[in-house]
Amino acid sequence: MLEVRDLHAYYGKSHILQGVDLSISAGEVVSLLGRNGVGRSTTVKAIMGEVPPQGTIRFKGQDIAGLPSHKIARLGLGYVPEHRDIFPGLTVRQNLLLGIKNTRRPGKWRLQDMLDMFPNLAARADTPAGVLSGGEKQMLTTCRTLMGDPELIMIDEPTEGLAPLIVHQVGDLIAHIAKAGVAILLVEQKLSIALRISHRVYIMGHGRIVFEGTPDELKANEAIRKEWLEV
Amino acid sequence: MLELIVISTLNGVLFGMLLFLLSSGLTVIFSMMGVLNFAHASFYMLGAFFGYQLTKWIGFWPALVLAPLLVGAVGMAVERYGLRNTHKHGHVAELLLTFGLAFAIEEIVSMIWGKSPVDYRVPAALDFPAFTIFSTNYPAYKIFMLAISVLIFIALLIVLKRTRVGLIVEAALTHPHMVGHLGHNVGQVFMLVFGVGSALAGLAGVIAGPALVTQSDMAALLGPILFVVIVFGGLGSLPGAFIASLFIGLVQTFAVALNGSLASTFGPLDPSIGPSVLSDIWNVTIAQIAPVLPYVLLVVILIVRPMGLLGTRET
Repeated sequence: MLEVRDLHAYYGKSHILQGVDLSISAGEVVSLLGRNGVGRSTTVKAIMGEVPPQGTIRFKGQDIAGLPSHKIARLGLGYVPEHRDIFPGLTVRQNLLLGIKNTRRPGKWRLQDMLDMFPNLAARADTPAGVLSGGEKQMLTTCRTLMGDPELIMIDEPTEGLAPLIVHQVGDLIAHIAKAGVAILLVEQKLSIALRISHRVYIMGHGRIVFEGTPDELKANEAIRKEWLEV
Repeated sequence: MLELIVISTLNGVLFGMLLFLLSSGLTVIFSMMGVLNFAHASFYMLGAFFGYQLTKWIGFWPALVLAPLLVGAVGMAVERYGLRNTHKHGHVAELLLTFGLAFAIEEIVSMIWGKSPVDYRVPAALDFPAFTIFSTNYPAYKIFMLAISVLIFIALLIVLKRTRVGLIVEAALTHPHMVGHLGHNVGQVFMLVFGVGSALAGLAGVIAGPALVTQSDMAALLGPILFVVIVFGGLGSLPGAFIASLFIGLVQTFAVALNGSLASTFGPLDPSIGPSVLSDIWNVTIAQIAPVLPYVLLVVILIVRPMGLLGTRET
């Protein structure tokens, strides 16, 4: 479904992505792991066109490298950025409604389903989203992107800075999305969720992919974990 | 005294609402695109001159509709072909573009219509006193200006708070990238907002032209006050721009109307034994310091509260 070949990206003069290759099939859950600063977020941003990409990015067979992000989004590629960019002045309900791309053609995720799934969000449906807790904001941004009915959703560091109990809830939500048949690219630093729900994992180091395999293969390979993940 | 208060309040609110027609667009454009549009007051001037010319050709009422639309189209073209192309070179390039545009518009206007005021008059249908309070005849045209500004204010509020486009605009104020990632065409929204903002400035020009002076320096005269208003209210805050517009409008109007001097206001503190330089200052009238008041306010607000009244970010 998504195929990335020899992807390069630069911030000013620094060469952040140095030839990233990865692919995700329909309905597959894939994690992109690695330490801070190795280019995981930049990979996702380059795919979405927020950072100018060089290389090949194909989504459902179509070349999307360098397209404006709204066009990429409309092809069915959803993105939940790492800073949980909720719209603070708008209410929770308005945030969710803005996730809908086409008001005339409702997708498979309804506003009411989201509110049923998260009673916390339902209780605050009409309060400004700026007052939500970190965990609630994460649920809100993820649900908001789901409202646009993506076929592949890329979620950047959803558990960063959250309490263990909330981390577990985020894991449940991602598992729920996967069960609905949406492909997932999960960018993470923590192994727990990634190993629990992924079909495959990639590990990044120094701007390229340094490991690809199943969660079991990663569990078995201590050398790789030591070199590229553990601090 | 009561007469002065009533009349000045009316005039002040009117001037404030006119300022709001301009500052609302300027502040929304700033917070969405990060561009302080130096040419915004030029769109106001274009509105006045288009209004004048179209009034001559087809009459005031069609001009009232057509001139703002024309200015809006000019604004959209500026966004689409100017700002969007300079955007990748950063905010300084965009700022310089609008700066140059302001001068270009001023020169073009004085090339076409000359440097002296044009004869842009209140339409005959509105050229009568609306009512008389005490001994003052209050012109109907001013009431008309007030009505138009209030109408636009309400329409703007409804569009921003009640429609989907309004929601997208409000979301793009803080997180334009995220709005794009959700599949909304932010570029199109920017162009629309720039167009509507310019059209509102144009409308202010069309209705203010006959009441004030329609001349090629009117943009340069109003521009600075506009920046005071949006900094005072807080960059990017519409409610802030509204309060600041009314406040500055009232302060300026009252300062001009109160024809007392500092000496008469603070009489008992008169430093009559002081040197003559001080006594010169002491005898300055409040009307004389009126023009400087907005800028003093600007300095004070920047020192005391750099994000402005209702702003959320530092200026």
